[in-house]
Amino acid sequence: MIRVEGRAKVTGAARYAADAAARGHAHGALVPATIARGRVVSIDDDAALALPGVLAVLHHGNAPRLAEVAGRLGPDASTRVLQSDRVPHTGWPVALVVAETAEQARAAADALVVTYAREQHDVAFTADHPGHYTPERVFPYEPAVTVVGDVDAELAAAPVVVDETYTTPAEHHAPMEPHAATAHWRDGRLDVVDSNQGAFVIAGDLAGLFALDPAAVRVRAEHVGGGFGGKAVTGAHVLLAVLATLRLGRPVRVVLDRAQVFALTGYRPATVQRLRLGADPDGRLRAVDHDSATATSTLHEYVEGTGAGTRVLYAADALRISHRVTRLDVPTPRMMRAPGKAPGSFALESAMDELAHRCGVDPVALRLRNEPAAGPVTGWPFSSRNLAACFTEGTRRFGWDGRDPRPGVRRDGRWLVGTGTAAAVFPALSVPATAAATAEADGTVTIRVGATDLGTGARTALTLLAAEALGLPVDRVRVLIGDSDFGRAPLAGGSWGTSSWGAAVVKAATRLRETLAEPIPAGGITVVGDTAADLGAPAERHRLAFGAQFAEAAVDVATGEVRVRRLLGVFAVGRVVNPTAARGQLVGGMTMGLSQALHEEALWDRTLGTQVNADLAGYHIATNADVPVIEADWVDDPDPEMPGGIKGLGEIGIVGTAAAIANAVWHATGVRHRHLPIRPDRVLLAKPNELV
Amino acid sequence: MKEFGYHRASTVDDAVALLDREPGARVLGGGTNLVDLMKSGVEEPSLLVDVRELPLDLIEPTGNGGLRIGATVANSDLAAHPEVRRRWPALAQALLAGASGQVRNMATVGGNLLQRTRCAYFANPAMPCNKRVPGSGCAARGGEHRNHAVLGWSEHCVATHPSDMAVALTAFDAVVTVATPAGETDIPLSDFYLPVGRTPHRETVLPAAALITAVTLPGLPVAARSRYRKVRERASFAFAIGSVAAAVEIADGQVRDARLAFGAVASRPWRARSAERALIGSPAVPETFAAAADAELSAAKTLPDNGYKVALIRELTVATLSELTRETSR
Ligand SMILES: Cc1cc2nc3c(=O)[nH]c(=O)nc-3n(C[C@H](O)[C@H](O)[C@H](O)COP(=O)(O)OP(=O)(O)OC[C@H]3O[C@@H](n4cnc5c(N)ncnc54)[C@H](O)[C@@H]3O)c2cc1C
Ligand code: SF4
Repeated sequence: MIRVEGRAKVTGAARYAADAAARGHAHGALVPATIARGRVVSIDDDAALALPGVLAVLHHGNAPRLAEVAGRLGPDASTRVLQSDRVPHTGWPVALVVAETAEQARAAADALVVTYAREQHDVAFTADHPGHYTPERVFPYEPAVTVVGDVDAELAAAPVVVDETYTTPAEHHAPMEPHAATAHWRDGRLDVVDSNQGAFVIAGDLAGLFALDPAAVRVRAEHVGGGFGGKAVTGAHVLLAVLATLRLGRPVRVVLDRAQVFALTGYRPATVQRLRLGADPDGRLRAVDHDSATATSTLHEYVEGTGAGTRVLYAADALRISHRVTRLDVPTPRMMRAPGKAPGSFALESAMDELAHRCGVDPVALRLRNEPAAGPVTGWPFSSRNLAACFTEGTRRFGWDGRDPRPGVRRDGRWLVGTGTAAAVFPALSVPATAAATAEADGTVTIRVGATDLGTGARTALTLLAAEALGLPVDRVRVLIGDSDFGRAPLAGGSWGTSSWGAAVVKAATRLRETLAEPIPAGGITVVGDTAADLGAPAERHRLAFGAQFAEAAVDVATGEVRVRRLLGVFAVGRVVNPTAARGQLVGGMTMGLSQALHEEALWDRTLGTQVNADLAGYHIATNADVPVIEADWVDDPDPEMPGGIKGLGEIGIVGTAAAIANAVWHATGVRHRHLPIRPDRVLLAKPNELV
Repeated sequence: MKEFGYHRASTVDDAVALLDREPGARVLGGGTNLVDLMKSGVEEPSLLVDVRELPLDLIEPTGNGGLRIGATVANSDLAAHPEVRRRWPALAQALLAGASGQVRNMATVGGNLLQRTRCAYFANPAMPCNKRVPGSGCAARGGEHRNHAVLGWSEHCVATHPSDMAVALTAFDAVVTVATPAGETDIPLSDFYLPVGRTPHRETVLPAAALITAVTLPGLPVAARSRYRKVRERASFAFAIGSVAAAVEIADGQVRDARLAFGAVASRPWRARSAERALIGSPAVPETFAAAADAELSAAKTLPDNGYKVALIRELTVATLSELTRETSR
């Protein structure tokens, strides 16, 4: 089914946070810090206040105070905007200038004179940074260190050992829609229209930070133009808008510009990962040692959980997964599409490809040879595990069988051509939600659920699920989302949206159907579905979605150009509710993976302590011309343990894609690229290191 | 952004007179570069003189087999012009390799020649940059300079000129016509951009209050067998990290005539005259092409992160000349 709001979007009728109508709102322009570490000594706002239309200048000396609260994901000082003189990184908001128009606010922001006391900053991440420590856990809730068996002994005894280091750079969510919010404090109620991934969750954060009764806070996010994890936390834009409306008593809108989106809304941190695989000559794994180093800010401990896939993908006699992190004077990294899993899979699945070559085993056969019967770390059974089926279908569709394993031997004009593969895994989750179903007097049904549609097609999937549960045609069902007043709902993240909101919608709709036979009163009949009690204590099982990625790449070693010619992903993602949108999600994830493989990279100047490509001309994302034929499909993957059999598929498409492409580049050229992105200069300067 | 005045010029004389009267005035072409720089505070003109309604949007043949291109011709129109595609194909290819369809529709020929460097430090007023603020230092040399110059730079600035179009025009001996308060002058494109030296903020020989009115391509038979190859960090919508405009005429296996220019290697489009000299009269074989590239690139000076450009330009030169040779002998 094509998306229900598609027409509104293509005709411009859909209203996003920055263009939502609000009567008489003022505009706030953020003033970003120009130093990477230090203190604000003074703010001279005389000139700014004298400019036309300027209403107020908020800064740490005069802004309303925030309550001290525990962060949703652990202590988080990134929400404490305008609360102190401390500058934790470049781009941190040191003031908000509010004026009648956006242009006036921006002109006044430029006129503000901020004096700093600069301190020596450190923004340079390295694997041997002296600040590295072992955190207690990594995002989201996994232990930082896991040890099974005697890894060192198995590595020492293994006839074949791969020991390599892989790096991934910081990457940005870069959603099309910049972060924006309009906040209005009126009659003891806070009304916020925001660009976020979960209105209910953000409303809860705001209630805590502003010490308000949760019932007095309403947050709406009807249409959101991409999030990828960068709109899952309560951001500076919405906090500043609320601070300003509390001060002025009139609606205030804050829209981030692109540079501010780069500096203030999170990113995937850079990683350095050392992989040691010990194996028997036939490729059977004896040891897997996955050690990761990454960085976070001084404000919040976010640790990229790169070892997550390694915990569940392959059987081995011994396993060690460890994470280290160091704090730098940089913005706070955040979950980004397949957090941990995406960069982790680049390292693990590249190393598996190296092992396949070392052992002379086909890369697909190597993976199947190491299929575990139960969780390699936990010993738990899998609720369903159809990775092998993905590879079987994938090899058939891609034409993998009979592949010549030798690298660097296929030429097509100026291009060397090769193919590569990688496995993908992502947790299948379902969390509590509520939904209400109302039978209207005109025979239609209205569903209210605090879901978010980031452009994923969530609204459409929920419409399909509701219609099915009600036994009604889809055009008689209307799904309203993106409103914290609709009750408890998780944010869009973790690929759990459809299964979580869907379970609540199906529950409410099923109950309503039982009452539908009765005549409907004028005010309609409303039934609520709450899944909190249904999910119960989680059984000791791995619930996982899987995938097999295939890539064909062409490389011109004379110019360093890499072109991906084909991508195929075959996934096991449980029940697929809406094939049209599901394919869009998977192809979108794979496209982002291609972009990760070849293009995306935040560039930082260590001396100045700032990002130098914080714009979409300098931060390269794959263009249409980079994206080849991408096919995504799925195998049968019934899983009675997931609500509705739904596993979710928003993130798995990006997992493994970069490794499959890097493996194809090796197969094309004989050169192993262990550092992303695979840029022309890297290809040009690389020496064939595996042909010998 | 600072407040500014806006004036739509009705004649060339009107535009030049206004530029002369108001030193803070700037010419507005398509605005695809100037307006961006105004938004970030790099450019702060007091007045914009919009030249898009001037009768400078024609492409006309000259008497001697050349082509006169008005300064406000859109990049996309120039790329699509049948004579350009037939007789200067590398120019059409260079234009189409630049920016995006939307930008090319807006961008003018005059504005393209005068677009500023894409050095990230230049574009951000919070950072030191000799080109933007003379004497403030060059942050790129010790910072991010993967796409900076390997030829003709000085310690004061290592930025590159970003234009693709200008590389092809330089190879083809284009001449820039300029209207000034003192009258009209012609400036060969190869003399148009100043060497970096100690004054990276002074980029061209244009006098004050100058308006580019046209660019003229002289008749050049060798240009009919020409090609532009550009390498960038993604397949589209990115500036070159290295490019080559080349034209050759081959007879009996010998190079009779050649034109060669490099892009993304210097503060200006780089006419490779040493390479041309090495090519002409030599056998049309890859070894000659490599030797010619080396002759030009022997003057290259690299920074820690841009050394790859030397190899890239060498390989691109060999590949482009080899392709042209194969085509010619077919
Ligand atoms: C996202 C993006 C990607 C791009 N990618 C590429 C690329 O890959 N390759 C490439 O070559 N270019 C690229 N460009 C640059 C583009 O080609 C230039 O911005 C464009 O050619 C400038 O032309 P304009 O008419 O818009 O100039 P304007 O922005 O109007 O003016 C630029 C400068 O020229 C001056 N000027 C304009 N016309 C005249 C005149 N007639 N006489 C005197 N002075 C004049 C202006 O005062 C100003 O200083 C890109 C631009 C963008 C925004
Ligand atoms: S290279 Fe030139 S433009 Fe870039 S920072 Fe240095 S002086 Fe400025």
